[in-house]
Amino acid sequence: MNASHPGPCSGSCPGGEGTPGRREFLAAAVAGMAGALAGCGKLSMEEFLQRNFRELAKDEIQKILLRLEKEYRAKFGKPVRVGIEEPMQGVVFGYALDLSRCIGCRRCVHACVRENNQSRDPQIQWIRVMEMEKELGVDVQHANHYYDPAVVPREGHFYMPVQCHQCRRAPCVKVCPVGATWQEPDGITVVDYNWCIGCRYCMAACPYGARHFNWGEPQLPAAELNTETHYLGNRPRPQGVVEKCTFCIQRTRKGLYPACAEICPTGSRKFGNLMDPKSEIRYVLENKRVFLFKEDLNTKPKFYYFYGV
Amino acid sequence: MPLRTPAIACAPRRGRRLAFLLGALLFLPARAQHGVKEKAEHPAPQAPEIQVPAPPFSEGVFPCSSCHDGKTMKPDPKRRELGMHTEIELKHGPESRWCLDCHDLADRDSLRLASGERIPFTSSYMLCGQCHGDKFRDWRVGIHGKRTGRWNGEKQYLLCVHCHNPHGPRFKPLKPMPPPVPPEKIRPSKGGRP
Ligand code: SF4
Ligand code: SF4
Repeated sequence: MNASHPGPCSGSCPGGEGTPGRREFLAAAVAGMAGALAGCGKLSMEEFLQRNFRELAKDEIQKILLRLEKEYRAKFGKPVRVGIEEPMQGVVFGYALDLSRCIGCRRCVHACVRENNQSRDPQIQWIRVMEMEKELGVDVQHANHYYDPAVVPREGHFYMPVQCHQCRRAPCVKVCPVGATWQEPDGITVVDYNWCIGCRYCMAACPYGARHFNWGEPQLPAAELNTETHYLGNRPRPQGVVEKCTFCIQRTRKGLYPACAEICPTGSRKFGNLMDPKSEIRYVLENKRVFLFKEDLNTKPKFYYFYGV
Repeated sequence: MPLRTPAIACAPRRGRRLAFLLGALLFLPARAQHGVKEKAEHPAPQAPEIQVPAPPFSEGVFPCSSCHDGKTMKPDPKRRELGMHTEIELKHGPESRWCLDCHDLADRDSLRLASGERIPFTSSYMLCGQCHGDKFRDWRVGIHGKRTGRWNGEKQYLLCVHCHNPHGPRFKPLKPMPPPVPPEKIRPSKGGRP
């Protein structure tokens, strides 16, 4: 960078006395940049220069996957597959949760943590189960997130698990200043962890508390690592990025049910293709009493709650 | 709806006798279909193959005919307090119901519908469906109870009795898994910033 090159506001920048002020600014900027790079620690030049996932060519993606698999192997001491399974034609995923059946056992929360390689410490959990009083109905203000009785369900209470609603009009996507998060054609909102700058605007914008920030270096014991991963899903994340539920993109794009739906002992969780009139999810939407959480915000979620009884 | 008598993927802990008997019970597909030929106002999802694990018998009780062989013990159709099976506490409409409403008097290795028709234990859902028609309808399309496997393909079912003990069907409470760490207890870990 040439600091003496006359810029467009040379001599008339507010608060500056012409060139010296600008020079100082640029020097500070360069120092800042160096500092930022140093702060990125293990970030390789390749990684630093990597472009947004959506702009990458096929061969570039392959190189990146190989690099990531090598990194993960070195870090965890075992082979990890990073896939990029693409959305299926004619598929838009939807989810429905039966509030009349959920007993708040949190099996789903912990199955999700294991399946999706969430940091054990500092703890990150994509699903949050709220305990609420039947008398008050859905009343988030008085919800208890930390209930821990000997057995559930507790008398007079019901349970409402919340996770990413995969909004059709997703505020998180709208606010991201760098386009690191977007909605895929199958309706899953994903994050490119290599493009996320950690500004956490999306967390502030999400009305469902569905996004989580890696404040610390994620601690994930190698023995508990799920080695079947997806680039836009459950691959191990670095510190300083945001993550969220992806409807188990690494499973559902292969035709499997999400881990939370598979584990739920009460069968409260229903998942499928909204475009398929014969799917379980469509049956729920057409035959049950269904409601949307915070419908008034017009986020148009693809996560529904229903009463199965 | 192609709900066939399920192919049995026998759970490991079951006795060998059980596996043999259930194998024999597989020869009843036509009968099982009969029970589910219900008029569907909504097209039922296509599930190519629906497997269920074996019915959850208590250890060593099946086949029932090893005791109830019709000879050493004479079948007694009278409703009464039993000297045997005292571990079973009937909490399923006990005023109006007793053993032989569901178990067949003459063939103890079978269940019995209200019509008198015999069905195998692997088709017990037909028996439950006689009274719980709404649950049966939802179960058939995968809404009541859970399915595992593929959302776009082969799935596994559970029978009603895997989650609901037929003698006391209320879903048993569970110990919840640990709650999340409350924000005030989150500490930065190694390499983490406060
Ligand atoms: S596993 Fe099922 S019953 Fe348990 S909390 Fe989750 S949704 Fe509710
Ligand atoms: S629930 Fe939150 S994170 Fe998920 S799509 Fe909606 S705004 Fe985004």
